[in-house]
This record gives sequence, structure tokens and C-alpha cells, in this order.
Amino acid sequence: MLSPINVSLESLNLITLAPMLIAVVGGLIILVLDLLNNKLHKSLYVMLTILVLFIDFGAVLGLNVNERGFFDVMLIDGISIISQLMVIGGSMMFIPLALTSKKFHEYSYPEFFALFLFMIAGFQFMVASDNLILIFVGLETASLSLYTLIALHNRANSYEAAVKYFTMGALAAGFFTMGSAVIYALTGSIELYKVAEVLATRVNETGLMIAIFGSSVLLLVAFAFKISLFPFHTWVPDVYEGASAPLAGYMSVVPKIAAFVVSIRIFGMYLDLGVEWVRWTILILAVITMTLANIMALVQNDVKRMLAYSSISHAGFIMAALALDTTEGNTSIFLYYALFMFTNLGAFTMLWISRHKKRIFDTRYDHPYEKFSGLVQTMPMAAVIMGIFMLSLAGVPPFSVFWGKIYVMQAAVNAGYIWLAIIMGLNSAIAAYYYLKLIVYMFLKDPVQDAETVSYNMSRSLMVIIGFATAATVGAIFYVQPLISYLYYMISASGY
Amino acid sequence: MENILSILVFFPAVAGLLGFVIDKDSAKAYGVTVAAIEFLLSLWLWFSFDTASAGMQFVEMIPLIPDMGISYYVGADGISLFIIIMTTLMTLIGMASMGETKNIKNMIVTLLFLEMTMIGVFVALDAIIFYLFWELSLVPMLYIIGAWGGPLRVYASIKFFLYTFTGSLIMLVGMLFVAYIYHSLTGVWSFAITDWYALVLPVDYQLWLFAAFFIGFAIKVPMFPFHTWIPYAHGQAPTIGSVILAAVLLKMGTYGFVRFSLPMFPDASVMAITPVAVLSLIMIVYTAMIAYAQKDIKQVIAYSSVSHMGIIMLGLFAMNAEGLSGSVFQMLSHGIVSGALFMLVGMIYERRHTKLMSEFGGLASVMPKFAVIFGVMLMASVGLPLTIGFVGEFLVLLGFYQVSPIITIIAGTSIILGAVYMLRVMKFTFFGPLNNEENKKLKDLNRRETWSLIPLVAIVIWLGVYPKPVLEPIDNSVKALLNFMDEKALTKEAKDMIRVAKSSKEVK
Repeated sequence: MLSPINVSLESLNLITLAPMLIAVVGGLIILVLDLLNNKLHKSLYVMLTILVLFIDFGAVLGLNVNERGFFDVMLIDGISIISQLMVIGGSMMFIPLALTSKKFHEYSYPEFFALFLFMIAGFQFMVASDNLILIFVGLETASLSLYTLIALHNRANSYEAAVKYFTMGALAAGFFTMGSAVIYALTGSIELYKVAEVLATRVNETGLMIAIFGSSVLLLVAFAFKISLFPFHTWVPDVYEGASAPLAGYMSVVPKIAAFVVSIRIFGMYLDLGVEWVRWTILILAVITMTLANIMALVQNDVKRMLAYSSISHAGFIMAALALDTTEGNTSIFLYYALFMFTNLGAFTMLWISRHKKRIFDTRYDHPYEKFSGLVQTMPMAAVIMGIFMLSLAGVPPFSVFWGKIYVMQAAVNAGYIWLAIIMGLNSAIAAYYYLKLIVYMFLKDPVQDAETVSYNMSRSLMVIIGFATAATVGAIFYVQPLISYLYYMISASGY
Repeated sequence: MENILSILVFFPAVAGLLGFVIDKDSAKAYGVTVAAIEFLLSLWLWFSFDTASAGMQFVEMIPLIPDMGISYYVGADGISLFIIIMTTLMTLIGMASMGETKNIKNMIVTLLFLEMTMIGVFVALDAIIFYLFWELSLVPMLYIIGAWGGPLRVYASIKFFLYTFTGSLIMLVGMLFVAYIYHSLTGVWSFAITDWYALVLPVDYQLWLFAAFFIGFAIKVPMFPFHTWIPYAHGQAPTIGSVILAAVLLKMGTYGFVRFSLPMFPDASVMAITPVAVLSLIMIVYTAMIAYAQKDIKQVIAYSSVSHMGIIMLGLFAMNAEGLSGSVFQMLSHGIVSGALFMLVGMIYERRHTKLMSEFGGLASVMPKFAVIFGVMLMASVGLPLTIGFVGEFLVLLGFYQVSPIITIIAGTSIILGAVYMLRVMKFTFFGPLNNEENKKLKDLNRRETWSLIPLVAIVIWLGVYPKPVLEPIDNSVKALLNFMDEKALTKEAKDMIRVAKSSKEVK
């Protein structure tokens, strides 16, 4: 006969679940509101979502560092707090982009906003756990919501993008479960901290290396899909092209932050065990990713596809920092994404402004380079702002991404990887070319369209977001110091 | 005003921002006024500058990112002082003589931002701040070449940007490595150049770092194998772009050698004397020959400017006071002379819309003022005694003679070669029969053009006859630099090289 299990409520430490629950409840409230009155305007849902995220943000800020909860599957350490804050912050910047002057299909459904909040809850579960099953559940919750959000953008190539992303995501999920299964077979546990303990004692056993090797390869493949590392990056340009511009900008930052946190937990464990070749695999993949994506970006005709390849290249850049396995390296991951988030989302918002319901400018692409030619003469402010975003992405000081780049490169130099820093430098130089290409079109060519074509979708809330992104990009030098010290403190407090 | 350097840096930037709201027709007057105020401010800097002191003055330091050791740290010494004044002067005169009318407001705003970045480079004492202004200066120049340039302007501007950007990223890695060494030795992060000077690096580290910085600076100078961007940049740039490029932007490279490479890596610098001297020689002789073969007046001046940058490089690596002072002085004279020559070419281009020598001939009879000023600048460029060009070139050759007489003699041919191609320009353009009908109707310089050139002519002659007020502060700082290098050098041959030069100076 089974003896009854007694669990005291306090030992569950339910407060660790509060942020995710807030997001889920917020999503449910939106669904219920729709049931009660289905004529509500999207602006209500946008504002409700922001408010829910605001409470969520506060709840995360109130968490104590280094706590466990809910049968010890929840892990609230420094990186889970900062990554949750970044996920929520990025989402708060994304959601006002629904308030365009023209109507778009997806935002007329309240389900969009509910799914969006569920997705955020999924990301939060992903980063706030070291239990492989909970990570998997979070990953799938977030991914399935995201596939739907992409498909809601009512266009043929959006369906294509969603299905492509779904297929790739399902494959990655398969790899992830297989990798977890191998880990379970090796250690009898799926809690990463226990796995690390067991593996540490068994790592020198003969014949076991191949199994450890297998598990890390399977997990690496799974996350290479999510982070878009070579050779698992091929879905990115098509999916970004099919998704709406803000969603593409969102996808290039927020899901990747979540995936990076899990990667730090999993591959950091392998690196701590002294499995050197994991480091080399990651480094080689990262170097190939940034170089290849840069070269692919050179030949794109569409600004959105160019930005998609550029975001792959940036991801490769950051993946290299992960392989360093130093506190600085891990800090640089978050610093880079925190700074990259504003600039990249700003750049995608500029594309969103110039978005038309039908492709009136080009038959194949929504945002060909030609669309922006001579922009400085028709809309000087827009051209200057877009130019600043491009320079920032290229790593020209004093704009935000430069500080991320220099921190990553400094971390690489400090860890003894000078060759890596040089490769990063040369890659930045290659990247400068395609960012310049847009600047050349905007500043040095004559206009072929009227201002109306580019500012078609302009609205006040979009202007606010762009203004905010511009301020964050230009004024980076003034907030980099507190950002670094906060991130460094949180990351070193959680022992990475 | 202890913070005059910050005012000098940020005044043009603020003026540039405000310039967006100025009406299009008043934009040029606004720009010239701002540039004139900036020039007066830089003169004020000179008057309040203690010329007897060799160290950094007007130092300001505000920590920006203490965790990474980055701070806003500026200061000026005798070497940077006159480059700053030359920068403000050339911006003012370039702007005043500018004949552009297309998108004039954008041009003025861009020039003001460019002025900020240029002065920022010359006052920065923090490596990252230096790098920041260095990179930022590419953007306005890209726009100037790309928007107002000739038919190949887009290609030329991108080539200019990518070349310099690539080189400086390698330099950035070098900077990060120095900061890393500084941190591992002292436990503190710092990018302050004055802190870095205290580092005594092993020779093999010095060599690697010297190479990293060399790539960044050499592309900007431009040293021989990296010079291919400059014919396009000069060929396509509008007049004002060429003036600023030749007068100021190229000096950033040579200034970088003085500020970073020499004091931080003295042993590596001494080892690099021969390779650098050989590259400089190739630069001097080879580009002078190319200059002779050009049909376009502007290309002749562009190549002659590269050739003279070779003299500057040679002087920097003479490792003695004559060579270095002469080299810094030559930076000033090159800035003024080649800037003026580009302006003159621009003026004739505005009238005839061609720069080909074959189109001209006998201009001296229709444009006497133009011909006289052109002649003076040409003489200064060749390095005739009693002009500004002579002082620097003579000192450089004198300095390098102590290192290697043979190289000095070959470099000395630059004066002859320079005379050859410059007099060829003079002959085909100004003398001979006035055959071309169109040239007969040409108007001489108008008042605006004359008055923007006369100050330059005055300076060319004044500093050619009496260079002491400028040369003395430069000499002070240069001697302090050499003393410092001598103390810091590790290897005996480096010490010998630097010391021999110093003692020979004392004997005189």
C-alpha cells in the first residue's frame, strides 16, 4: 500500500511560479473578454497585454535570486531573472506595433494576444528551470504559439513560413527528447544539477564517452535549430520573410534569448565536465555561422531577408561567446542581446511602417532595397533613423551594438581566443558592406517612389516605439555601465 | 576655460544638430560662422596653451563605463595642438570657398559633424574614445563622397569606408589585447593611453600589437600596398571632400603612429624602421611616378599628396627629434598645401567642368591671380626654401640621414620628382599658347575665392620663413616622447637607435 505523500505548501515555494501564472491568467482574461463582448477594438487588447506584462515584469523583479520551488523543478537564479526581464521587455516593445494605421488580419483576433501571452509564459518556463522535461514543455508551449502567430498573418507565404517553422521545430523537438533520453539513460535523472553530479563521477568510465558525445550532439542539434546555427539555419530567411516584420524582429531576439539560456545551462554543464570537443564544435559552428550568413546577406535583394541573415550572423557571434564559458562570456550574451534588441526591433519596425497589404512595389519582395532609395530626400528623419540602426548593427561606435561587440571581443581576448576576436572583427567588416548597401540606397540614390509608399503604415504608437529604439541606440553609452554591472552581478551570483 | 577641448569637440556637433532647422538659403552662412567660431576657439586654445610644457594639457576625465575601464578622457600636447588648429582652419576655409549648391544644408550639417569627429580623434586620450571618433569620421565622409561625388561616387565611397573599417577592426582587437594585458598586470581595466604608456611589453607582444595597429593606421595614411582606395576617393570626391580628406583625415593615420605605436611599442618600432622606410620609399618614388603619368590635374595632386605622406612616415620612424618634429610639421604643411591645391583644382573645375590638363594651356594670361596662388602652393608642395613645405621636408631628411644616408638620398629625389610632375602641371595648364576658345572666356578668382586662399598663402610664407612659434611646442613634446621611448625600450639596439639620435641633437 502506498504511503500518503505529504507536501507542505511552503516547501513548494509557489511564488516562483507567479510570473508565468500571471501571463497565463492574462491570456485567459483576454479570451473571456472576447466571449463577453466580441466587438472590442484591438487597442484594448494591446493595452491589456502591456498591463499584464507590466505586472509580470514586477513579479519577476520581486523574485529572490537562487531559489528553487515547485518540487525543485523551478530554478530562479540570476540568469533566469535577467532573461525573463529581457523576454518581457522585448515583448512590451513588440506588442504596440499592432496599432498600425492600416488594419492587419491577425490583430483583429483577440486570440493573437492570448497566444502571445501563453508564448511568453512558455519562454519563462524554459528559462526558469533546469529540469529537461519542464524545459521541453516550455519550449513547445512557446513554439506552438509562435507557429500560430506566424500563420495568423494572412498571406500565402505566412502559411509556408509557419509550416516550415513547425516542421523544423518538430524535428528539433525530436532531437531534444532523444538527447534528454540518452542523458536519462546515462544518469537516471533529468535534473541538470543531478545529471552533472552523476556525469562528473562517470565521465572517465571506458565506453561512456561515446554516449556523452551522443547526448551532447543531439541536444546541440536541437538548439542549433532554435538559435539558427549553421547548418540548421536555412529556415530563418523564409520564415522571417513570411512573418510580419515586427514578428520577425521579435523572433530574432526573444526566442533566441530563451534558447541561449537553456544552452548556457546544458552546454555549460558539458564544458564544466571538461568535454573539450563540445567547446570546439560550438566554436567552429559559430564561426561558420557568422561568416556564411554574412556572405549570404551580401547577395540579398530584400531588406528583410538581409536582416534575417544578419540576425543569424549575430547569433553566431554570440554563440561563440557561449563557448568561452567565462562569466564575462555569459555576460556578453545578455549584454549583446539587450543592446541588439532595441536596434533590431527598431529596424524591423521601420520595415513595418513601409508595409503594404499588397506588394505594390515589387512582385517578389515586400521590402526591396529600391523601395528605400532616396529616402533622405523624401523623409529625412526616417532615413537618418534607419541609417543609425544600420550603423549600429554594423558595429560603428558609439551606437548600441558596438558596446555589445566590444564586450564579446574583449571576453574572447581575455579567454585567450585572440584568433576568435580577429575573426569577429573581420566579420563585422564584411557585415558593414550589406548594412552600407541600404545606407547607400537611402542617402546616395535618387528617389523612385513618393513618401507615401514608405510611410504607408505609420501611426503614433509606431513612432513612439521607433523613437524609443532610437534613443536606446544612440544613448547606449550612458546606460551600458549600469547594465553591465547588473548583468555581471546576476550572472556571477548564479555561478556561471 | 579648462574644458576647452570638450567645447571644441561638441560645439560643432551641437551646431550640426541645430543646423537641421536653419533655412536652406542661410545654411552656408551658418556653417561658415560656426566654423569661424570654432577656429577662434582653437586659437584661444593655442594662446592659453603653455608652450614650454611638453605634457598633456587641458586634461579632462569622466568615467563612462568603469567596469570596462572606458572613460571620456581628452587632452592636448604640442603635437596635437597644431593639428587641431589646422583642422579647424581647413574646415573653415574649405567651407567658405565651397562652390556646391546642391543640398547645401545637408552638406553643412555633415561637415559640422565631420569636424566634431576629426577634433575628437586628435584630442582623445582614451583608446576607445579615439576609436569611436575614428570610426564615426567615416560616416560623414562616406556621405560627402557618395552624395556629391563624380560618376563612380558610390563605388568610391564604399571602398573608402570598407577599407578603413576593416583595418580599424584589427586595430580594435589590438586595443582590446593591450587592455587585457594591462588588466592582468594591474588588476584594473583601463583604456587610457597614459596608463598604457606605463606598460613595458615583451618584444614579441610588441611586434604583434605593432602589426595590429599598423594595419589600422597604414590604411588611413595610406601606406603603399594599402593605398588603392585613395585615387578613387580623391577622384570621385567633391572639392570639399578632397580638401578635408587630404588635409585632415589622412593625418589621423600618422597621428595614430605618434600617439600609439611609437610610445607603446618602442622596440617594435625600432625593428620596423627598415620595412617602414622601404614602404615609404616605394610610396614616395612610385606614386611620384604615377603622378607624372596622370592626365587629370586632380589625380596628379592626389598622388603627390600620397607621395608626401611617405615623407611624413619616413620622419616618424627616424627616431630622433629632427625627424619626428619635421614629420609633425610636415603634417601641418601637407594639410595646408594639398588642401589649397585641391581647392584650386576645384575652382577651375567649377568653371570648365573638366580637370584634364590637355584642355587647358596659357591660363596665366586670363587668370593671373589664380596662376600666382597656384604657383605659390605648387612651390610649397615641391618643398622650395622659404615655403612651409621646405621646413618639414628638410627636417625629415636631416633626421633620417642619421639612420640611413642611402634611403635619405633616394627619398630626397622626391623633391626632384615632385618638381618634375608639378612643373609639368604648371607648364601644361598655365603656360604655352592659349589655344582653347573656351579658356579665353574664363574669369579670374572672385572675391570669395581670393579671400579664402590668401590666408593660406600667408601661412605658407609665414611658417616657411619663421616656423619657430609652431616648431618649438612640437619639438618640446617630441623630445619628451623620445626620452620616454628611450627609457621604456627593452632591447639594446632600440635604446642605441633612440639615444644616438638624442645625443646628436644635444651636440648641436
